[in-house]
Amino acid sequence: MAVTAAERVRKRQMNALGKGLLFALPWLLGFLAFTAYPMAASLYYSLTRYDVLRPPRFIGLENYSFMLFSDNLFRLVLSNTVWFVAVGVPAGLVIAFLLANLLNNDLKLRPLFRTLFYLPAILPAVASAEVWRWVYNPRYGLINSLLKAWGLATIPWLSSPALAKPSLVIIHCWAQGTAIVIFLAALQDVPRTLYDAAVVDGANAWNRFWHVTVPMCTPSILFVSITGLIGMFQYFTLGWLLTQGAPNNATEFYSMYLYRNAFLYFKMGYASALAWGLFVVIVTFTVVMMRSSARWVYYGGEAV
Amino acid sequence: MASPLTPDVAQARTRKRILGQDAEALRRVPGRVLLYAAVVLLGLTFAAPLLWMLSTSLKDDPQVYVVPPIWVPNPIRPLNYVEIFTRRPMALYFLNTLKYSVPTAFGVLISCTLVAYSFGRMRWPGRDAVFFLCLATMMIPFQVTMIPLYITFKNVGWINTYYPLVVPAFFGNAYYIFLLRQFFASIPEELSDAARVDGCTDGRILAQIILPLAKPALAVVALFQFMGAWNDYLGPLIYLSRDEMFPLALGLQSLRASFQEKLVWPYMMAASTMMILPVIVIFFITQRTFIEGITVTGLKG
Repeated sequence: MAVTAAERVRKRQMNALGKGLLFALPWLLGFLAFTAYPMAASLYYSLTRYDVLRPPRFIGLENYSFMLFSDNLFRLVLSNTVWFVAVGVPAGLVIAFLLANLLNNDLKLRPLFRTLFYLPAILPAVASAEVWRWVYNPRYGLINSLLKAWGLATIPWLSSPALAKPSLVIIHCWAQGTAIVIFLAALQDVPRTLYDAAVVDGANAWNRFWHVTVPMCTPSILFVSITGLIGMFQYFTLGWLLTQGAPNNATEFYSMYLYRNAFLYFKMGYASALAWGLFVVIVTFTVVMMRSSARWVYYGGEAV
Repeated sequence: MASPLTPDVAQARTRKRILGQDAEALRRVPGRVLLYAAVVLLGLTFAAPLLWMLSTSLKDDPQVYVVPPIWVPNPIRPLNYVEIFTRRPMALYFLNTLKYSVPTAFGVLISCTLVAYSFGRMRWPGRDAVFFLCLATMMIPFQVTMIPLYITFKNVGWINTYYPLVVPAFFGNAYYIFLLRQFFASIPEELSDAARVDGCTDGRILAQIILPLAKPALAVVALFQFMGAWNDYLGPLIYLSRDEMFPLALGLQSLRASFQEKLVWPYMMAASTMMILPVIVIFFITQRTFIEGITVTGLKG
């Protein structure tokens, strides 16, 4: 009896497993075909010299040692990218958080303003690139012609090695809609009673913001930082369209350099090594963020 | 205990409270003014590039280069919008974009619904580990799989077709699976239990109980995917090289190349406005769904 009961349980479990896998089949197949296999292949290509025309030739770790020890451009590109992430992610986050706090007030026309701040985030990057190319135009662009009209000196924006990266950061800050919406939802979840209690304790507006609002929003701040970080390490379209890495490689970012190696120089092996380098960098930064989060993220649900 | 208030005292208290409210409101006036000033100023700053785009798209050539800049063009030149269609096959680019963005939306709807149901509503050994693996794939940058995918698609002769952009959508997408799973998991278990007792299969439970309840989430997935495909640049850039296959994302560059640098701006702004317009229209129609979608994925993450 006991045996048949156990067998019945086992059979039911196998049945459940079969059905579960059947429904999950599209993703399982997709995972094998579009993630697992390409990752394995990419790892292999990274150990080869491969120009697509001829079959890949195994060269061991040569691509990696070239990347790490000999490729000066790689070093520049990596430092450009880290700079861009280190400045762009916090800048975008601060702007988004402040805008969300502004919108969280009882405002007339709030939906209109929310839409205004959100919209840039969902525009096609190609169209945004054209718009900003024109806004930043050194002679007739919006900003410089306004500066000229006010009798001020014009700014070289994208054509200056010193200002090209900050100019791209400004565009990034302009397109923070997703973060704004996430923060807005978090702000609306902060219990009123906490503010009331703070007021009773004599906290002024700044203290309420810094000691109530910010800590209560740390889970979404973590989420926005990590997704922002992952996204920004892969920054491609706007940079590729607006600067192509110019001037003087000041805006040559990791993904652009990788694309160049793969599809313009047909160095598929080296580009694959670069891709794994990028993966390692992203995972490292993400893990560090996650680890650090225990110290600064406050989850209201857990006992303190 | 508390003695009932005499009418006089009660009245005095009420008056005091009202006065107090007025004083409070009055005290807050400078704050309110400052708040509105900040919001309006920032709102205008954020809108400025797009207003500038719209304005330039309707200017004739001399007005484009006037300092200080003209915001409201006079005369208005809608002909810019017509001329881009004769300059380059913009209508074809438009159609090409639809040719893959619509199918990908269907693709993710079908595949992600099934997978999300499996992860969110079915109990099977190893499910949580597989779901975790699925989530983990979100961390893998596209750049890692991009090169082998390109080589594979090249070997099967899919370069300069829309298959590389469409087919993967039918095999799930971790982000949408996650979004749908969260939604499915929030539907009360009793609903499907009752159906199961009545002998319903999982397929019927999904089709007749879960999907009707999940319409908003499905709309979010379809919308996000459609817009993602509409806005995508890197995918078409890698897989498409023939001009007659170009979507708008690549067509815009081909339009730019067909003009002299000096004359290009009104036309490029007209083309950008055209490319942006469907996105804005869809956003306005579906605003609430959209915002909810972001909130769900953002917070439950």
